[in-house]
Amino acid sequence: MAQAVATLEHAHGAGDVGHEAEHADHPHSSTGLDSRKLLMWLFLASDCMFFGSLIAMYMIYRGDAERMFLSGQGSGPLANEILDIPYTSISAFVLLMSSLTMVLALASIQRGNQRGLRVWLGATALLGTVFLGGQFFEFSSFHEEGLGLTTNIFGSSFFTLTGFHGAHVTIGVFWLISLVIVSLRGGVRQDQALNVEIAGLYWHFVDIVWIIIFTLVYLIPYDKVATVHHEAEQGFRLIGLG
Amino acid sequence: MTDHALQLQGEPEDHSHSHPSQAVYIRIALFLTIVTAIEVAIWYIEWFHDSGALVPSLAILSIAKFVTVVGYFMHLKFDDHRYRYTFASGLILAISIVTALVILMRTHKIEYGLRLISGSN
Repeated sequence: MAQAVATLEHAHGAGDVGHEAEHADHPHSSTGLDSRKLLMWLFLASDCMFFGSLIAMYMIYRGDAERMFLSGQGSGPLANEILDIPYTSISAFVLLMSSLTMVLALASIQRGNQRGLRVWLGATALLGTVFLGGQFFEFSSFHEEGLGLTTNIFGSSFFTLTGFHGAHVTIGVFWLISLVIVSLRGGVRQDQALNVEIAGLYWHFVDIVWIIIFTLVYLIPYDKVATVHHEAEQGFRLIGLG
Repeated sequence: MTDHALQLQGEPEDHSHSHPSQAVYIRIALFLTIVTAIEVAIWYIEWFHDSGALVPSLAILSIAKFVTVVGYFMHLKFDDHRYRYTFASGLILAISIVTALVILMRTHKIEYGLRLISGSN
Protein backbone atom coordinates (compact mmCIF):
# COMPACT_ATOMS: atom_id res chain seq x y z
CA MET A 1 0.00 0.00 0.00
CA ALA A 2 2.77 2.39 1.01
CA GLN A 3 4.54 1.56 -2.23
CA ALA A 4 1.39 2.28 -4.21
CA VAL A 5 0.99 5.66 -2.48
CA ALA A 6 4.64 6.47 -3.14
CA THR A 7 4.24 5.53 -6.79
CA LEU A 8 1.16 7.68 -7.17
CA GLU A 9 2.99 10.57 -5.53
CA HIS A 10 5.76 10.09 -8.08
CA ALA A 11 3.16 10.03 -10.82
CA HIS A 12 1.97 13.45 -9.73
CA GLY A 13 5.49 14.82 -9.58
CA ALA A 14 5.79 14.67 -5.80
CA GLY A 15 9.47 13.84 -6.15
CA ASP A 16 11.75 12.22 -3.63
CA VAL A 17 9.48 9.62 -2.01
CA GLY A 18 8.36 8.31 -5.40
CA HIS A 19 11.90 8.16 -6.71
CA GLU A 20 13.04 6.17 -3.67
CA ALA A 21 10.26 3.64 -4.22
CA GLU A 22 11.24 3.32 -7.87
CA HIS A 23 14.93 2.98 -7.06
CA ALA A 24 14.22 0.25 -4.53
CA ASP A 25 12.77 -1.95 -7.29
CA HIS A 26 14.85 -0.86 -10.29
CA PRO A 27 18.27 0.70 -9.78
CA HIS A 28 18.40 3.72 -12.10
CA SER A 29 21.61 4.85 -13.78
CA SER A 30 23.00 8.29 -12.99
CA THR A 31 22.57 9.24 -16.66
CA GLY A 32 18.80 8.71 -16.57
CA LEU A 33 19.19 6.21 -19.42
CA ASP A 34 18.43 2.53 -19.13
CA SER A 35 21.76 0.76 -18.71
CA ARG A 36 20.70 -2.31 -20.69
CA LYS A 37 19.64 -0.25 -23.69
CA LEU A 38 22.82 1.83 -23.51
CA LEU A 39 24.85 -1.38 -23.33
CA MET A 40 23.10 -2.71 -26.43
CA TRP A 41 23.89 0.51 -28.32
CA LEU A 42 27.53 0.23 -27.19
CA PHE A 43 27.62 -3.37 -28.40
CA LEU A 44 26.13 -2.34 -31.76
CA ALA A 45 28.70 0.46 -32.05
CA SER A 46 31.50 -2.08 -31.47
CA ASP A 47 29.87 -4.49 -33.94
CA CYS A 48 29.99 -1.69 -36.54
CA MET A 49 33.78 -1.79 -36.23
CA PHE A 50 33.78 -5.60 -36.47
CA PHE A 51 31.75 -5.59 -39.68
CA GLY A 52 33.68 -2.52 -40.92
CA SER A 53 36.89 -4.57 -40.76
CA LEU A 54 35.29 -7.52 -42.55
CA ILE A 55 33.84 -5.25 -45.26
CA ALA A 56 37.23 -3.55 -45.77
CA MET A 57 38.87 -6.98 -46.05
CA TYR A 58 36.28 -8.04 -48.63
CA MET A 59 36.69 -4.85 -50.71
CA ILE A 60 40.49 -5.26 -50.79
CA TYR A 61 40.55 -9.00 -51.47
CA ARG A 62 37.81 -9.01 -54.08
CA GLY A 63 39.56 -6.27 -56.07
CA ASP A 64 42.84 -8.21 -55.73
CA ALA A 65 41.13 -11.44 -56.83
CA GLU A 66 39.87 -9.73 -60.01
CA ARG A 67 43.34 -8.31 -60.76
CA MET A 68 45.02 -11.67 -60.09
CA PHE A 69 42.60 -13.22 -62.57
CA LEU A 70 43.40 -10.55 -65.19
CA SER A 71 47.11 -11.24 -64.64
CA GLY A 72 46.54 -14.96 -65.21
CA GLN A 73 47.27 -15.90 -61.58
CA GLY A 74 43.79 -16.45 -60.22
CA SER A 75 41.79 -19.63 -59.94
CA GLY A 76 38.21 -20.60 -59.31
CA PRO A 77 35.00 -18.71 -60.06
CA LEU A 78 34.90 -14.97 -59.41
CA ALA A 79 32.11 -12.78 -58.08
CA ASN A 80 30.74 -11.63 -61.45
CA GLU A 81 30.47 -15.26 -62.60
CA ILE A 82 28.74 -16.59 -59.52
CA LEU A 83 26.66 -13.98 -57.67
CA ASP A 84 22.92 -14.19 -58.33
CA ILE A 85 21.43 -10.70 -58.01
CA PRO A 86 17.69 -11.57 -58.40
CA TYR A 87 17.99 -14.34 -55.80
CA THR A 88 19.82 -12.15 -53.30
CA SER A 89 17.35 -9.29 -53.91
CA ILE A 90 14.60 -11.57 -52.59
CA SER A 91 16.74 -12.39 -49.53
CA ALA A 92 17.26 -8.66 -48.94
CA PHE A 93 13.50 -8.09 -49.23
CA VAL A 94 12.81 -10.92 -46.73
CA LEU A 95 15.19 -9.37 -44.18
CA LEU A 96 13.69 -5.90 -44.70
CA MET A 97 10.21 -7.30 -44.07
CA SER A 98 11.49 -9.00 -40.90
CA SER A 99 12.45 -5.55 -39.63
CA LEU A 100 8.85 -4.45 -40.18
CA THR A 101 7.43 -7.44 -38.29
CA MET A 102 9.95 -6.82 -35.47
CA VAL A 103 8.88 -3.23 -35.04
CA LEU A 104 5.21 -4.32 -35.13
CA ALA A 105 5.98 -6.82 -32.33
CA LEU A 106 7.39 -3.98 -30.23
CA ALA A 107 4.38 -1.77 -30.99
CA SER A 108 2.09 -4.64 -29.92
CA ILE A 109 3.69 -5.17 -26.50
CA GLN A 110 3.84 -1.41 -25.89
CA ARG A 111 0.03 -1.46 -26.24
CA GLY A 112 -0.21 -4.57 -24.03
CA ASN A 113 -1.21 -6.85 -26.93
CA GLN A 114 0.35 -10.21 -25.97
CA ARG A 115 -1.08 -12.12 -28.92
CA GLY A 116 0.18 -9.49 -31.36
CA LEU A 117 3.62 -9.71 -29.76
CA ARG A 118 3.80 -13.47 -30.23
CA VAL A 119 2.45 -13.37 -33.80
CA TRP A 120 4.88 -10.68 -34.97
CA LEU A 121 7.85 -12.15 -33.10
CA GLY A 122 7.05 -15.54 -34.64
CA ALA A 123 6.80 -13.94 -38.08
CA THR A 124 10.17 -12.22 -37.58
CA ALA A 125 11.81 -15.50 -36.52
CA LEU A 126 10.23 -17.23 -39.53
CA LEU A 127 11.49 -14.58 -41.97
CA GLY A 128 14.93 -14.81 -40.36
CA THR A 129 14.87 -18.57 -40.84
CA VAL A 130 13.84 -18.12 -44.49
CA PHE A 131 16.79 -15.77 -44.96
CA LEU A 132 19.15 -18.32 -43.36
CA GLY A 133 17.72 -21.08 -45.55
CA GLY A 134 18.36 -18.90 -48.59
CA GLN A 135 21.93 -18.28 -47.48
CA PHE A 136 22.49 -22.01 -46.94
CA PHE A 137 21.18 -22.71 -50.46
CA GLU A 138 23.41 -19.95 -51.90
CA PHE A 139 26.50 -21.32 -50.12
CA SER A 140 25.68 -24.86 -51.32
CA SER A 141 25.26 -23.77 -54.95
CA PHE A 142 28.55 -21.81 -54.80
CA HIS A 143 30.27 -24.91 -53.46
CA GLU A 144 28.84 -26.98 -56.31
CA GLU A 145 30.16 -24.41 -58.79
CA GLY A 146 33.65 -24.77 -57.32
CA LEU A 147 33.88 -21.84 -54.92
CA GLY A 148 34.94 -22.81 -51.40
CA LEU A 149 36.44 -21.02 -48.43
CA THR A 150 39.98 -21.73 -49.67
CA THR A 151 39.46 -21.64 -53.46
CA ASN A 152 40.67 -18.05 -53.86
CA ILE A 153 40.80 -14.81 -51.85
CA PHE A 154 37.36 -13.78 -53.12
CA GLY A 155 35.89 -17.01 -51.71
CA SER A 156 37.68 -16.58 -48.37
CA SER A 157 36.54 -12.98 -47.88
CA PHE A 158 33.01 -13.60 -49.19
CA PHE A 159 32.29 -16.61 -46.97
CA THR A 160 33.87 -14.93 -43.93
CA LEU A 161 31.82 -11.73 -44.29
CA THR A 162 28.46 -13.28 -45.18
CA GLY A 163 29.07 -16.20 -42.80
CA PHE A 164 29.54 -13.90 -39.81
CA HIS A 165 26.40 -12.02 -40.82
CA GLY A 166 24.55 -15.33 -41.01
CA ALA A 167 25.84 -16.21 -37.53
CA HIS A 168 24.41 -12.91 -36.25
CA VAL A 169 21.04 -13.72 -37.87
CA THR A 170 21.10 -17.20 -36.28
CA ILE A 171 21.68 -15.71 -32.82
CA GLY A 172 18.84 -13.26 -33.51
CA VAL A 173 16.44 -16.07 -34.50
CA PHE A 174 17.23 -17.98 -31.27
CA TRP A 175 16.73 -14.78 -29.27
CA LEU A 176 13.33 -14.16 -30.91
CA ILE A 177 12.19 -17.77 -30.37
CA SER A 178 13.21 -17.56 -26.70
CA LEU A 179 11.18 -14.34 -26.38
CA VAL A 180 8.13 -16.09 -27.85
CA ILE A 181 8.56 -18.96 -25.34
CA VAL A 182 8.97 -16.53 -22.42
CA SER A 183 5.90 -14.62 -23.65
CA LEU A 184 3.85 -17.85 -23.78
CA ARG A 185 4.73 -18.38 -20.10
CA GLY A 186 3.52 -14.87 -19.34
CA GLY A 187 7.01 -13.49 -18.84
CA VAL A 188 6.82 -10.45 -21.14
CA ARG A 189 4.47 -7.84 -19.68
CA GLN A 190 3.63 -4.45 -21.12
CA ASP A 191 5.95 -2.76 -18.61
CA GLN A 192 8.78 -5.04 -19.82
CA ALA A 193 8.58 -3.89 -23.44
CA LEU A 194 12.20 -2.81 -23.19
CA ASN A 195 13.24 -6.48 -23.35
CA VAL A 196 11.59 -6.68 -26.78
CA GLU A 197 13.02 -3.30 -27.80
CA ILE A 198 16.58 -4.45 -27.05
CA ALA A 199 16.09 -7.64 -29.09
CA GLY A 200 14.64 -5.43 -31.83
CA LEU A 201 17.71 -3.17 -31.83
CA TYR A 202 19.89 -6.22 -32.42
CA TRP A 203 17.61 -7.49 -35.18
CA HIS A 204 17.45 -4.15 -36.99
CA PHE A 205 21.24 -3.91 -36.78
CA VAL A 206 21.51 -7.26 -38.58
CA ASP A 207 19.22 -5.76 -41.22
CA ILE A 208 21.30 -2.58 -41.72
CA VAL A 209 24.48 -4.66 -42.02
CA TRP A 210 22.76 -6.59 -44.82
CA ILE A 211 21.80 -3.31 -46.52
CA ILE A 212 25.51 -2.49 -46.72
CA ILE A 213 26.56 -6.04 -47.69
CA PHE A 214 23.92 -6.22 -50.42
CA THR A 215 25.28 -3.06 -52.03
CA LEU A 216 29.02 -3.62 -51.53
CA VAL A 217 29.17 -7.37 -52.10
CA TYR A 218 26.46 -8.03 -54.66
CA LEU A 219 25.62 -4.86 -56.59
CA ILE A 220 28.92 -3.01 -57.05
CA PRO A 221 30.74 -4.54 -60.06
CA TYR A 222 34.38 -4.89 -59.04
CA ASP A 223 35.41 -6.43 -62.36
CA LYS A 224 35.05 -3.08 -64.18
CA VAL A 225 36.83 -1.29 -61.34
CA ALA A 226 39.63 -3.88 -61.52
CA THR A 227 39.83 -3.63 -65.34
CA VAL A 228 40.13 0.16 -65.21
CA HIS A 229 42.77 -0.13 -62.47
CA HIS A 230 44.70 -2.78 -64.43
CA GLU A 231 44.60 -0.76 -67.66
CA ALA A 232 45.78 2.33 -65.78
CA GLU A 233 48.71 0.39 -64.30
CA GLN A 234 49.68 -0.94 -67.74
CA GLY A 235 49.46 2.60 -69.13
CA PHE A 236 51.73 3.92 -66.38
CA ARG A 237 54.20 1.11 -67.05
CA LEU A 238 54.27 1.93 -70.79
CA ILE A 239 55.23 5.54 -70.15
CA GLY A 240 57.80 4.50 -67.57
CA LEU A 241 55.88 5.50 -64.42
CA GLY A 242 54.80 2.04 -63.32
CA MET B 1 -3.06 -0.34 -8.59
CA THR B 2 -3.52 1.35 -11.94
CA ASP B 3 -1.70 0.35 -15.12
CA HIS B 4 0.00 3.74 -15.09
CA ALA B 5 1.30 3.17 -11.58
CA LEU B 6 2.47 -0.32 -12.56
CA GLN B 7 4.29 1.13 -15.54
CA LEU B 8 6.05 3.66 -13.33
CA GLN B 9 7.25 0.88 -11.07
CA GLY B 10 8.54 -1.03 -14.08
CA GLU B 11 11.32 -0.02 -16.43
CA PRO B 12 13.29 3.19 -15.96
CA GLU B 13 11.87 5.95 -18.13
CA ASP B 14 13.76 7.25 -21.13
CA HIS B 15 11.40 10.21 -21.59
CA SER B 16 11.67 9.52 -25.29
CA HIS B 17 8.90 7.20 -26.42
CA SER B 18 6.88 9.08 -28.98
CA HIS B 19 7.18 6.21 -31.45
CA PRO B 20 5.43 6.24 -34.84
CA SER B 21 2.16 4.42 -35.46
CA GLN B 22 1.84 1.06 -37.23
CA ALA B 23 0.68 2.82 -40.41
CA VAL B 24 3.91 4.84 -40.43
CA TYR B 25 5.97 1.67 -39.99
CA ILE B 26 4.19 0.05 -42.96
CA ARG B 27 4.79 3.15 -45.10
CA ILE B 28 8.49 3.05 -44.15
CA ALA B 29 8.69 -0.65 -45.10
CA LEU B 30 7.07 0.20 -48.44
CA PHE B 31 9.65 2.96 -48.98
CA LEU B 32 12.48 0.53 -48.19
CA THR B 33 11.06 -2.03 -50.63
CA ILE B 34 10.80 0.57 -53.40
CA VAL B 35 14.37 1.77 -52.79
CA THR B 36 15.63 -1.84 -52.92
CA ALA B 37 13.74 -2.37 -56.20
CA ILE B 38 15.33 0.81 -57.61
CA GLU B 39 18.78 -0.43 -56.56
CA VAL B 40 18.27 -3.70 -58.41
CA ALA B 41 16.70 -1.95 -61.42
CA ILE B 42 19.61 0.45 -61.93
CA TRP B 43 22.02 -2.48 -61.67
CA TYR B 44 20.39 -3.84 -64.85
CA ILE B 45 20.54 -0.51 -66.72
CA GLU B 46 23.73 -0.46 -68.79
CA TRP B 47 23.90 3.36 -68.81
CA PHE B 48 24.63 3.41 -65.06
CA HIS B 49 27.57 1.02 -65.56
CA ASP B 50 28.99 2.89 -68.57
CA SER B 51 28.60 6.41 -67.20
CA GLY B 52 30.14 5.61 -63.81
CA ALA B 53 26.93 6.67 -62.08
CA LEU B 54 26.25 3.20 -60.67
CA VAL B 55 28.44 3.33 -57.56
CA PRO B 56 27.36 6.85 -56.42
CA SER B 57 23.69 5.99 -57.07
CA LEU B 58 23.90 2.73 -55.11
CA ALA B 59 25.77 4.49 -52.29
CA ILE B 60 23.09 7.19 -51.98
CA LEU B 61 20.24 4.65 -52.04
CA SER B 62 21.83 2.32 -49.47
CA ILE B 63 22.65 5.26 -47.17
CA ALA B 64 18.98 6.34 -47.44
CA LYS B 65 17.87 2.83 -46.42
CA PHE B 66 20.42 2.66 -43.60
CA VAL B 67 19.37 6.04 -42.15
CA THR B 68 15.66 5.17 -42.44
CA VAL B 69 16.02 1.86 -40.56
CA VAL B 70 18.23 3.38 -37.86
CA GLY B 71 16.07 6.48 -37.48
CA TYR B 72 12.59 4.93 -37.50
CA PHE B 73 12.80 1.18 -36.82
CA MET B 74 15.59 1.56 -34.24
CA HIS B 75 13.94 4.77 -32.96
CA LEU B 76 17.15 6.81 -32.88
CA LYS B 77 15.23 9.75 -34.34
CA PHE B 78 12.95 9.75 -31.31
CA ASP B 79 15.22 8.44 -28.52
CA ASP B 80 17.63 10.26 -26.25
CA HIS B 81 20.40 11.92 -28.27
CA ARG B 82 23.06 10.14 -26.16
CA TYR B 83 22.10 6.81 -27.79
CA ARG B 84 22.63 8.53 -31.15
CA TYR B 85 26.11 9.73 -30.16
CA THR B 86 27.02 6.27 -28.84
CA PHE B 87 26.09 4.57 -32.11
CA ALA B 88 27.52 7.37 -34.28
CA SER B 89 30.91 7.09 -32.55
CA GLY B 90 31.16 3.38 -33.44
CA LEU B 91 29.92 4.03 -36.95
CA ILE B 92 32.46 6.83 -37.55
CA LEU B 93 35.26 4.58 -36.27
CA ALA B 94 34.05 1.77 -38.56
CA ILE B 95 34.01 4.10 -41.61
CA SER B 96 37.51 5.30 -40.65
CA ILE B 97 38.73 1.68 -40.41
CA VAL B 98 37.33 0.85 -43.85
CA THR B 99 38.79 4.01 -45.43
CA ALA B 100 42.20 3.57 -43.79
CA LEU B 101 42.49 -0.12 -44.69
CA VAL B 102 41.41 0.38 -48.31
CA ILE B 103 43.87 3.30 -48.78
CA LEU B 104 46.65 1.36 -47.04
CA MET B 105 46.17 -1.77 -49.14
CA ARG B 106 45.91 0.21 -52.37
CA THR B 107 49.16 2.07 -51.73
CA HIS B 108 51.06 -0.92 -50.28
CA LYS B 109 50.19 -3.92 -52.44
CA ILE B 110 50.07 -7.38 -50.91
CA GLU B 111 52.41 -10.01 -52.30
CA TYR B 112 50.55 -13.28 -52.83
CA GLY B 113 53.24 -15.96 -52.97
CA LEU B 114 56.26 -14.70 -54.89
CA ARG B 115 54.49 -12.55 -57.48
CA LEU B 116 52.91 -9.14 -57.10
CA ILE B 117 49.20 -9.04 -57.84
CA SER B 118 49.72 -6.25 -60.37
CA GLY B 119 51.52 -8.78 -62.58
CA SER B 120 54.98 -7.18 -62.36
CA ASN B 121 57.26 -9.99 -61.18
